[in-house]
Amino acid sequence: MLELLYNLFFDYTLRNVALGSATIGVLSGVLGSFAVLRKKSLLGDAISHAALPGIALAFLFTLSKNSLVLLFGAMLAGLAGASIVLIVHKNSKISEDAALGIVLSSFFGLGIFLLTIIQRIASAKKAGLETFLFGNASTMLASDVYTLLFFAGLALALTALFWKEFKLVSFDYAYAKTLGFHTLGIEALITALIVLAIVIGLQTVGVVLMSAFIIAPAVAARQWTKTLFGMVTLSALFGAVSGVSGAMISSAQRNVPTGPVIVIVMSCIVFFSLLFSPTRGIVSEKIKDAKKRKNLDVKGVLIDVFLLSHNHAKRTHPHHVSAIQAVSHASAKNSLDVLEQLGLVTQDAHEYWRLTPAGVLEAEKILQKKGGGPSHVSAS
Amino acid sequence: MKKELALSVDDLTVAYNEKPVLWDIDAHVPQGVLLAIVGPNGAGKTTFIKSVLGLIKPAAGTVTFFAKPYQAKRKKIAYVPQRTSVDWDFPATVLDVVLMGTYGQLGWIRRAGKKQKQHAYQSLERVGMSKFADRHISQLSGGQQQRVFLARALVQDADVYLMDEPFAGVDTTTEQAILALLQNLRKKGKTVIVVHHDLQTVKKYFDWVMLLNVRKIGFGPVESVMTNENLKKTYGGTAAFLENE
Repeated sequence: MLELLYNLFFDYTLRNVALGSATIGVLSGVLGSFAVLRKKSLLGDAISHAALPGIALAFLFTLSKNSLVLLFGAMLAGLAGASIVLIVHKNSKISEDAALGIVLSSFFGLGIFLLTIIQRIASAKKAGLETFLFGNASTMLASDVYTLLFFAGLALALTALFWKEFKLVSFDYAYAKTLGFHTLGIEALITALIVLAIVIGLQTVGVVLMSAFIIAPAVAARQWTKTLFGMVTLSALFGAVSGVSGAMISSAQRNVPTGPVIVIVMSCIVFFSLLFSPTRGIVSEKIKDAKKRKNLDVKGVLIDVFLLSHNHAKRTHPHHVSAIQAVSHASAKNSLDVLEQLGLVTQDAHEYWRLTPAGVLEAEKILQKKGGGPSHVSAS
Repeated sequence: MKKELALSVDDLTVAYNEKPVLWDIDAHVPQGVLLAIVGPNGAGKTTFIKSVLGLIKPAAGTVTFFAKPYQAKRKKIAYVPQRTSVDWDFPATVLDVVLMGTYGQLGWIRRAGKKQKQHAYQSLERVGMSKFADRHISQLSGGQQQRVFLARALVQDADVYLMDEPFAGVDTTTEQAILALLQNLRKKGKTVIVVHHDLQTVKKYFDWVMLLNVRKIGFGPVESVMTNENLKKTYGGTAAFLENE
């Protein structure tokens, strides 16, 4: 363990791998948040698969293995794939998911076809293009890392600059348009940055699993926070952590492609978040549900509040939750929350509750039907 | 001099896939009225609002606000979309959403500052939601969501408000609060145009009405437009229950 940490800082290869994967993780975590919130998660999948023929064609035309050249090809093909999805969806009756599926599989098929041709015609060394399928972090050079850092810095700077616009368009597109923003331009910029985030990760993660980088950190982050900034920050952190740990694990083993290892790490984070997030986790929701159901007596508590107000001039006199709890057999707090949702009670100050006029009416109606107060109230 | 019309719509026609949704609509809305747009489902009420705002491209027709095109007057126009048109699970607090109302004034890149936050708090106060400023929007009831959307529009400090079904799915307390707010806006000389689904309350809540069913059936002050004959034309046979009034 200590040795690994030591190597992380002083071993040339390992340092590159860690820094490179962290950069990829941060960038795709940030932009993936917008993809997920705009319900365009699968666009990332189409883009990354569509990039494969771009890589192959770039190699065929230039016979260069320079990663910048190959990634430029990937970028063009990814943008082409994304545009085709949008154009097909807007101009035909084909739904977006069908358009995504068609683009993804046809581009990917073409990519595999071209890769096979390259293997036949190229020298015995081939081009090493197969690593683009499942990714290989251990080949990362310092120059690759600098390229990554440059593009990631550019994309993050643009995101920070247009933060307000990205947020607005992601939440309410039509409203953004009525405020005079060029919504199509903002949407195009977000998509272009997502393409960039995907493309710079391809060599390390591979086209098949790159979409996990876009979706998984964002989905996990969504579980833990209530603000967009919180979500984006956390998503960047999750992306970085899983990128680094996945790349390190795969580099330590021979012949283990990086993409699958990273995805396994990410999936663990996602599952943990889905289950155990304190506010949105499945476990806490179940516990909360059970607690609420156990102790809920909406009508009873409404009557309790109503009868408490009999000691005062106004039927809408406020009482502290502890006063209400003192006369109620059920959980006053839980029941009051439900009553508030129904618009029958409201909070004056913190935890000081009173009936709304609608609440007074409702309480009178219930009492009339029953012909008196509920037994637990009269008994107290 | 005669006051300019708040909204002037001429020959507006909108079609989806060659099927007309709105047919040759003229509507001249004077300033300071509280106008309800009513009609059966699929009558084109939402489409009308959206095409007036330039969100849908009409097949024909012109729309002006205070005799100018929308883009020239957009800072004086506020839109309240249907509550269900957005994802309320979006990671944002109530204050975040209301602040979006200031973005139009801010323009590109500039961030909301102290002044904008103050305006946002004031708007929340006006809809009785200031206690909820820091609450996540997924924890709101339907009526509270609607109030947040109204607060967002109020921040814009507009002269014309276009609202799509602000009374849909809200509790009676909220309905009365929203109504008071709309009437208050009108008193200040603002023009408020509301897509409304409840025929029973039109006469009580609004002073002007547009009856719509693909074509414009009636338009003008409530008393002169809400006749049985007009309602039958708008709703077909289904409006029989209204005659009991």
